[in-house]
Amino acid sequence: MVLSDVKVLDLTHYIAGPFCTKYLADYGSDVIKIEKTGAGDGARHLGPFPGDNPHPEKSGLFLFLNTNKRSITLNLKSPIGTSIVKRLAQDADILVENFRPGVMAGLGLDYETLSKINPHIVYTSISNFGQNGPYRGYKTTELVSQALGGVSLTCGVADREPVRLAGPQSQFHAGLVAAVATMSAFLLARKTGAGQQVDVSIMEAEINIHELDMMSYPYSGEHHMKRNGSFVGNYPWSIYPCQDGLVAVCLNNRQWRRIGDWLGMPELSQNPDYATPAQRLAHMDELEAILVPWLAQRTTSEVTASAQQARIPVLPVNSIKETLEDRHFQARNYFINIDHPLAGRYKYPGLPFKIAPAAENAPRPAPALGQHNHDIYYGELGYSKEELVYFNQTGVI
Amino acid sequence: MNSLPLEGIRVIDLTISWAGPKVTQCLADMGAEVIKVESIQYVDAQRGRKRVPPGMCHYPDKEPGKRPWNRYDAANQINRNKLSITLDLTRPQGTQIFKKLVAIADVVVDSFSPRVMAKFGLDYDALKAIKHDIIAMSMPAFGMSGPYRDYISWGNMLECLVGLASARGYPDSEPFMYHAYSDPICGLTGAFALQLALHHRENTGEGQFIDLAQLEAFTPLSAELIFDYEMNERIHTPMGNRHSYMAPHSVYRCRGEDDWIAIAVSSDHEWQGLTEALGRPDWAADVKFANSLGRSQHQDELDGLIQVWASSQDKYEAMHRLQAAGVPAGALLSEKEQFENPHLKERGIFEKITHPDAGTHFYPGTTWKLSKTPGHIRLPAPLLGEHNELVLGKLLGLSNEEIAGLKTDRIIGDEPVDGADS
Repeated sequence: MVLSDVKVLDLTHYIAGPFCTKYLADYGSDVIKIEKTGAGDGARHLGPFPGDNPHPEKSGLFLFLNTNKRSITLNLKSPIGTSIVKRLAQDADILVENFRPGVMAGLGLDYETLSKINPHIVYTSISNFGQNGPYRGYKTTELVSQALGGVSLTCGVADREPVRLAGPQSQFHAGLVAAVATMSAFLLARKTGAGQQVDVSIMEAEINIHELDMMSYPYSGEHHMKRNGSFVGNYPWSIYPCQDGLVAVCLNNRQWRRIGDWLGMPELSQNPDYATPAQRLAHMDELEAILVPWLAQRTTSEVTASAQQARIPVLPVNSIKETLEDRHFQARNYFINIDHPLAGRYKYPGLPFKIAPAAENAPRPAPALGQHNHDIYYGELGYSKEELVYFNQTGVI
Repeated sequence: MNSLPLEGIRVIDLTISWAGPKVTQCLADMGAEVIKVESIQYVDAQRGRKRVPPGMCHYPDKEPGKRPWNRYDAANQINRNKLSITLDLTRPQGTQIFKKLVAIADVVVDSFSPRVMAKFGLDYDALKAIKHDIIAMSMPAFGMSGPYRDYISWGNMLECLVGLASARGYPDSEPFMYHAYSDPICGLTGAFALQLALHHRENTGEGQFIDLAQLEAFTPLSAELIFDYEMNERIHTPMGNRHSYMAPHSVYRCRGEDDWIAIAVSSDHEWQGLTEALGRPDWAADVKFANSLGRSQHQDELDGLIQVWASSQDKYEAMHRLQAAGVPAGALLSEKEQFENPHLKERGIFEKITHPDAGTHFYPGTTWKLSKTPGHIRLPAPLLGEHNELVLGKLLGLSNEEIAGLKTDRIIGDEPVDGADS
């Protein structure tokens, strides 16, 4: 695959870091995931679990985030542990870590140290708030990151409390930012031989979500994004009930001019009173009196098909079940089945894009904790069997 | 000064809206020469409308000015570090020039629906015939194949399609639309994809075509929902700000207008920290709050107690106090408060830039930091067609007369024709 000549040393855990290295692994990098002895990556203990029974090899989140990686266990607090990281770093192209700022330096594994061993290494750090600044040591969770990232305050309905986005969006987002930045640094390192440090903050990654909307403040002193539910300066721009579910209906002016074709009411698109978003918002009540019952009498699939036929953006609001069964995904073979020896066979989201050369082998499931200890310590680093026994007994691996 | 990672890479950028321009913003920030190919016949909605009354917050001082399309906030943020030319690709004169540009380019990227590039005669086969190792990426909402191939959508609808919108919101009311956060996700994914393709070309000398369906690039962000359905047939419904096992876990109204603090307690240790920070040993001693199960079961009561405390608090002071006690807590920041935030300021996230038509303002810069080659806003966003002379003349060698002819024929220009906005 495209990254099959790339070696990654993965010192990440939970979500943001593993999402970054998942994309590197899924496109062919050899990702060696170093997990702490005993418990391993904390994501192994986050659900969902089959039957809601926690098991460190069966976390859905962990299974998803760690496909195509190899796992070794290592106690980073032991001198042998850090010396092993240094050996692995010697021929790694990329190191990704998401410890609290200062932890890697405390272990003697900071960029300055490792770049002396391997000057071309790209050393990516993902953290809650970045490697410096007054919030550097602050704690966060998804809810708190969305709050400080400026997302929460704009999400919700007027006169109600702000609500968070579903899922660990800020952490996924930061992982992706890290993947982009790491690739840039890596391409340069391949060209010049010189690596560097990459510093990604989850709070700052969230700025990407509203970088366009936030500009109204320096431009005009006003906030464009407000908690006003669906309608952001346009109509129709909302979610509506149909007979059997919900649809999203969002039209710009050009599309509004075609709404008559869709609803079979040509007079609607020709009416000069409804020509601009501001006018339509001003007449929202009378327009809702037309649109709402029309939609309520039809099914989501009828409504979607007829709107798309008229080149009007209407799409269903799916439950996750409907998403998984969607015929478009099926036609494009998007979801892939992966068997895991303990957790079983599940449908995984597939590659976010396909790129040549395609994979020759089937994707590998997430590794069991320390599954590759023998392969890597004995087979690749050349430690003897006696040394491995010693490492095991002393809690190094 | 080190050269930037993508210096020497030339990107021809046909993208519109947000996801596509986010791809090229990332590449431009990292040093690529991005030539945005716009059109005076069909102007990107991110430049706003051609004629606008004063008073809209998208324009500096709410004044659209003589050339509103050069003063619109979204375009001026997403297009920094890029060049702009205009071409009418619906006419052969336009596509001929475009093809000359392809001959000296590394990457061509578009975010049209699948039929558009073919209609221009600029599909991948055509581009490849001009330059054998060209890297091209199309990033329509649904990809280049499949039953929804020609469906149209907006970015915010993808959240609805992948099951995330129906899992977000208030437990007691219908879902509502949020804005298109799939766009930056797909933009970042696209920037990652193109860098992989550049790596492949470096290794093999081969270009390629990438079909990036925005729907597919966004779906991984539903992973938790997907696995919970597959493993337990559970369909998540909105739970407001609550969490399946953390409690308390919510936002609380503070002193001030629309001021809130988010508090998320993920362990008994953090709970003890919270009770200490708030001076409530009685809560700490209350057995029903002693573990996360108890706190979850008595969440209504707990939220009420914390809300009473929060009402009289300043959100920043409350955050600092809770953080000092080891409790994850954060003020809900408005856009203004982000620009003024001491942490983001010290991190150097915002850069002050002077734009010829819009004036001097702060903009959010590159949202990651490379120690040796940091991304900066080197150039303000281009005016529409600002680099026509530079690109067509200097780069492609067209004569002044030829360029003047193209202007007369409205193949190029620097002002949208009437009706060019959507």
